[in-house]
This record gives sequence, C-alpha cells and structure tokens, in this order.
Amino acid sequence: MYVLIAGGGKVGSNLARTLIREGHEVTLIESRDTRFAQLEAEFEHQVHKGDATELFILERAGIERPPDFVVAVTGDDEDNLVICQLARHRYGVPNVIARVNDPRNQPYFDLLGISPTVSATATIMALIEHEVPAHGLIHLLELKKENLVIDEITVGERAACAGKELGEVAFPAGSRVISVVRDGKAEMPDDSLRLESGDSVLVILEPGKEDELRRVLVRE
Amino acid sequence: MLVIGSGRVGSAVALALRAAGWEVTVIDEREEALGRLGDDWTGEFLVGHGMDLQLLRAAGIEDADAVVVTTDGDNSNIVIGQMAQQQFGVPSVVVRILDPARAEFFASRGLNVVCPTSSAISTLTEAVRAAEGALR
Repeated sequence: MYVLIAGGGKVGSNLARTLIREGHEVTLIESRDTRFAQLEAEFEHQVHKGDATELFILERAGIERPPDFVVAVTGDDEDNLVICQLARHRYGVPNVIARVNDPRNQPYFDLLGISPTVSATATIMALIEHEVPAHGLIHLLELKKENLVIDEITVGERAACAGKELGEVAFPAGSRVISVVRDGKAEMPDDSLRLESGDSVLVILEPGKEDELRRVLVRE
Repeated sequence: MLVIGSGRVGSAVALALRAAGWEVTVIDEREEALGRLGDDWTGEFLVGHGMDLQLLRAAGIEDADAVVVTTDGDNSNIVIGQMAQQQFGVPSVVVRILDPARAEFFASRGLNVVCPTSSAISTLTEAVRAAEGALR
C-alpha cells in the first residue's frame, strides 16, 4: 500500500514509522525547516520538504500515482481541508483521512464531505463519556450515514421519571427505547414497564438530542 | 456585506463599499487592523478568526448579500469562502487566493476566485512584450 502523509509532527511521523515497519510505502511532507532536518535524518528520501497545500509539492511527492491513502495531519485545519479536497477531487485519491485540531472546525469537514476525521479532543471526550457513569449518558454506537446514535442512559437516583410507565415519559421526538437493563438483565419493554432509578435505558435517536434525553431520564 | 481579513486589500474594499452606501462588517484577527479603516469608520468591526462559525453568525453572515474573503492565508480564504457559499448560502462570495494553482482548482470547484498573482503575471508579461515591440 502507498500512503502519502502531509504533516510530519508527532502524529504524522509516528504513523509513517509504523506503516514503514509494516512494509508499506510512505511519503511524508513537512514544511518546517528544523522539523524537516530531523525527519530527513530518519526517513531519508521518504520525506519531502514543502507546503503540502501546493500542488507541485504534492506532485513531487507522488500524488499523481495516486496513493491509496492521503492522510492530512498538519496542525492547521484549513490546510488539512485543502489537502484532502485536492487529493480527492484533483488527483482521484480513493481514501483521505484528516486530523481536526480544533473541534469547532468539524462543521467544515462535514460540509466538504471530508471523512473520516480524527480529533484528539472528540476522542478523549467520548472516552470520558464511556468511562464516567456519573456523566449519565454513554454513546454506544454512531450510525453516521443513517444519522442515528444508540445511547445508554441511567435513570437518575431521584429522577422525576422513576416510577412512571414508559408510555407516560415524554421521550425526544423520533427516539425509540430499545431495551431497559435492570440488575444486569435486559428487557424488551412495552409501554407499561415502570422505570426505576438505576435502570439503564438503551435509546436510538438522532445525534444532538442527547441533552433532551438526559433531561427526560435524569432530571429530578 | 462582510469583509473577512482587513489587510491592504480587505480594508480598501470595505472603505470603498461603505462609501458606496453598503452596510459593512469587517472581521480581522488583529485589533490593530481597525486602524486601516481610519478614525471615522462607520461600519462594524469584529475581532476574531474568520473560520470561527460563532463569530461569522454574530457578524450576520446568514443575512449577508456579499462576502469578500481576504485574510493573509490562502487556505483559510478557501474554506471560509466554501462555508459562506455552501452552508450560509451567501449569494455573492469572492475569495482572494494568491497561489495561481490553487486559485485555478478552486475556481473549477465553483468558487468565485480573484488571483492577484495571475493578474500581475499577465500584466508584467504584457508590459515586457509591449516594450519589446516598441524597441523594434
């Protein structure tokens, strides 16, 4: 496999090292002088000096072959956005992967159809949500194409919904309860099931409605 | 209208359009950029990064008739222009791109691009040709 990596920082250089060790062909592009000198000592001809948003730099690095993957992991989101668009639409690269440095820029990647993206902040947040039950809500699954997520949420200790039947609880529009887990046993509930605090409720819903769901099941 | 990036070009565009009666909001990362607009600037001025979507909304991009993107970064200009056009549906978006290669590619992707470098190249080439013609 041939992989072109734009950006030779920690992420880019470690990725290059790992791919080379696994026998893949890699070209790395780095623009900063001192960083390039360090990388050249290790990667020799596999690293090119230059701005990976310049077409002639990309071409010199072999983007016209084209690579199986272009990975844009520079520290600037606007650069990663431009590199991925050039790779896909100008050079016909089948797979692009982009790093999102500032999670507030994620809408740019979504708008321009650049996916998958990798964001350290988003990854750590997801891990915290998985690991800290006090947070209340766990993302179990994200179905990006279908625009749905499956979340697990625990009914709060003094939640207003505890003691109510499922049918009486005003779940967010378009959501559906898949299962209620009580004392480790999963039930396929009907509307008459009475919720208790401590129940884990599995719900399928549209992303972005999690806060609403949390209010319904946790609020006192 | 919105001018994003108030350097030499952006500030001059903002001043000209304001003088022509447009309602103009200028965005720049540096507070000092306000200086380029002069002491009697009567438009709006917001400090912040042009990619900041919250700032763009606060600047009224959703209702803007035109957006001119002239920050000092080609790639920022490109993605801000794409956002203004495709997400916010601004009817007239003009983007300054200095690199002719990127300018050509993103023009082919539907952006309204101005490339001063290309203009300078053709003007200079023409000037030399004209001088050569006069010598003969």
